[in-house]
Amino acid sequence: MNAVPRQKLVVIGNGMAGMRTVEELLAIAPARYDITVFGAEPHPNYNRIMLSSVLAGEKEIDDIVINPLAWYDDNNITLHAGNPVLSIDPAARTVTAASGLVTPYDRLLLATGSKPLAPPIPGLDLPGTCAFRDIADVDKMIAAAGAKTRAVVIGGGLLGLEAAWGLRRRGMQVAVVHLMSTLMERQLDVEAGGLLQKDLTERGLHFFTGGQTEEIEGAGHVEQVRLADGRVIPADLVVLAIGIRPNIDLARKAGLEVNRGIVVGDDMRASDPAIYGVGECVEHRGQVFGLVAPIWEQAKVCAASLAGRDDSVYVTPALSTRLKITGIDVFSAGQLAAQDEADQELVYRDSARGIYKKLVLRDDKVVGAVMYGDVADGAWYFQLMREKADVATIRDRMIFGRAYADVSARGKGVDVAAMADDTQVCGCNGVSKGTIVKAITEKGLTSLDEVKAHTKAGSSCGQCSPVVQAILAHVTGEAVEAKAAGLCGCADLSHDEVRHAIVAQGLKSMEAVRQSLGWRSKDGCAKCRPALNYYLLCAWPAEYVDHGQSRFINERVHANIQKDGTYSVVPRMWGGVTTPAELRAIADVADKHKIPTVKVTGGQRIDLLGVRKEQLPAVWADLNKAGMVSGHAYAKGLRTVKTCVGSEWCRFGTQDSTGLGIRLEKLMWGSWTPHKVKLAVSGCPRNCAEATIKDIGIICVEAGYDIVVGGNGGIELRGTDPLCRVATEDEVLEYAGAFLQIYREEARYLERTAPWVERIGVDAIRKRIVDDEAGRRAAFARFIHSQKYAQIDPWAERVQGIDAHEFKSLAEVE
Amino acid sequence: MTMQDWIRIGLLADIPRLGARTVETSQGQVAVFRTSDDEVFALFNRCPHKGGPLSEGIVSGKVVVCPLHNWTIDLATGEATAPDEGCTRPVAARIADGQVWLELKAGLKVAHG
Repeated sequence: MNAVPRQKLVVIGNGMAGMRTVEELLAIAPARYDITVFGAEPHPNYNRIMLSSVLAGEKEIDDIVINPLAWYDDNNITLHAGNPVLSIDPAARTVTAASGLVTPYDRLLLATGSKPLAPPIPGLDLPGTCAFRDIADVDKMIAAAGAKTRAVVIGGGLLGLEAAWGLRRRGMQVAVVHLMSTLMERQLDVEAGGLLQKDLTERGLHFFTGGQTEEIEGAGHVEQVRLADGRVIPADLVVLAIGIRPNIDLARKAGLEVNRGIVVGDDMRASDPAIYGVGECVEHRGQVFGLVAPIWEQAKVCAASLAGRDDSVYVTPALSTRLKITGIDVFSAGQLAAQDEADQELVYRDSARGIYKKLVLRDDKVVGAVMYGDVADGAWYFQLMREKADVATIRDRMIFGRAYADVSARGKGVDVAAMADDTQVCGCNGVSKGTIVKAITEKGLTSLDEVKAHTKAGSSCGQCSPVVQAILAHVTGEAVEAKAAGLCGCADLSHDEVRHAIVAQGLKSMEAVRQSLGWRSKDGCAKCRPALNYYLLCAWPAEYVDHGQSRFINERVHANIQKDGTYSVVPRMWGGVTTPAELRAIADVADKHKIPTVKVTGGQRIDLLGVRKEQLPAVWADLNKAGMVSGHAYAKGLRTVKTCVGSEWCRFGTQDSTGLGIRLEKLMWGSWTPHKVKLAVSGCPRNCAEATIKDIGIICVEAGYDIVVGGNGGIELRGTDPLCRVATEDEVLEYAGAFLQIYREEARYLERTAPWVERIGVDAIRKRIVDDEAGRRAAFARFIHSQKYAQIDPWAERVQGIDAHEFKSLAEVE
Repeated sequence: MTMQDWIRIGLLADIPRLGARTVETSQGQVAVFRTSDDEVFALFNRCPHKGGPLSEGIVSGKVVVCPLHNWTIDLATGEATAPDEGCTRPVAARIADGQVWLELKAGLKVAHG
């Protein structure tokens, strides 16, 4: 048990700020205080912000209660609801409530909130007028909406517009009188305010901007509102919503220091050290508050302070605003406009769709955002603003939103200036930013290739290359131009130029290419040789003789080299379907050849790992005997066709996905492609075969087959783009085959379908394959032709003795 | 006692142009490369980076690119091409009458193919 006697904490104000502070306090010091709460309203603590939703009929009062009465009981809090405190005696440390109850305190928390701002307008006290502040006001407005027809809302700010919209939703004719020429002028610029007014006008609100209310007139009840310029608006209900002012009456009477609000320090203490303040009633460093975010922060600091922690300091955070009118999207934060020539504005305007976005930048940092119609990226801009992030590198696209800035940026969007030196840039080779910067400065590097060579960053999978490039640009202070996709250092031509020349000039050997196109090296190099070998093979399938010494080891010996120099062997398993006989054969091979690891792959087949090179022909021979052939798991070519069980077994399957997968694999196996190609066929839209991250995916539906292309689940996740829907399996084969052939003929070597589709656009591909029937048939025919020369099992060839020199030593010397 | 000696390890024709064959020795595997100009070079078959088998790399000019992480190694010296740093030991090699000879310790045990 706690032996220390509890201190008495009295809270004046049962609103959001006061109760949030109590919650925070209970969380960090549950046994420190006996807590008594006085509230003027006869309700438990509720979410005042949601009153507009109650008014609009979207929520009930019960929905917006934050802490029900049981919460007070559970936490031993004494609640006096509907019993406002009338006075405080700081000397005696007591408060006196309207009921006459006198309560002593050791600590007092003032959370008295705010009052509606009420200018001296004659007639404000007439029946039929109200504010928009609490549940009683909302009750009054709902009652009026049920009985009367015409409402006037004075105030075209956040609160007034929410009140107006709520009344409109309840069927009233609503006019809004606003002193300024622009609605919500504190949160929106003229442009966004204009769009808002247009939208709300279309939704049936009437506006009297530039309207100063002179008098509310009526005999015994409001009848009309008269403006200073003489305009008169008939009214059965007048809602005053021009703003709030801190409720400081009690504090002032108690002799506390007050200004616009109750003056509090960074620890949320008022001028009497036993008294604290929080929420809309306080003034901190000259600022008063009306939005919830800074108040939550105050509650946290105030609770810590009450808990005896003196290191907690309140700092007003940056603020953002949203308007809670269903279907109207408004966001604003920080500066609304450039204030001087050091500020710059980025503006996006689509008047047809009613979308407007403005960012205010200063020193390459976001200092303000105003958005209308599309506020999806508001939170992102606000985050950039709060973090004071350097946006120089994404400035040209950030107005289009995060997705666009990130996608088209890849690494370029990364803020390399703000990146810590120990941030790992290249995950493959474990290279940090600091290492890259050091190499650039110490060795005077000026190109991406040099940085790759010296640091290895970007030299493996290449995904981080744009980041490396951005660091280089940042360190050298100049924009480093990304070179056009050059083939290698042996020649000055791009991939596309070389491919074009091979066909146009009829070049049919590597020597011919190198001589005709000005290669500087006799042999070419390890970069251009594999590319040329592929380009020639693709262009002249019947004539070109494959050059093994220009292939990477895996394709030369038809197995995957591992880190220890051994190889892995993956037999083809058509559509992921196997048999007991095949499995027995695989098991026997593993036993016989003492293969250390047998693993199921991600592509629905079985990998035999740790095979020594000289064992390969014997392993293949045994697999061949059981009817298995190379799975090309090592190839820039067709890898797997992953399938689900489809309509043959699955209760959800719509088509025979397994059978279709096998047909596709039988069609495409053996083909060489610019980079590896993976397919999947799913039997229904549940997509268990994950077709939407494959180079080509088929998703079966009742009506046929959806063909999707350009997906990737590897280095950089990319969902497929839909190509088209076809009705039959034969069409799937033709469309997919045509797609593969166009990819084979036009993509650059080592370019997967995902970046290729991204580069040329799926629309261009659709035109060629879907819209152009003759073109599609021709491409498919070229593919079939090419396959005649490709579908030969390379394992069987080698079992019969081809390339025998690869698999044995030349000599053994003692 | 061992001594350096020139040992015949096979025919030049048994090594593919722009390719390599391996020779097992008591000190480890040696890779014997043949360039497009029919020169031969021999290196201990371990990349100075992570021990990758250089015999499996792509040969061009007088360099080979390691199949594991693309280091480029000079066939004559065994040195990695700058900025990579490291060296694998070269073995003297020569051709006489279509036969390839290496300067190695001790004698030939078995010759294949």
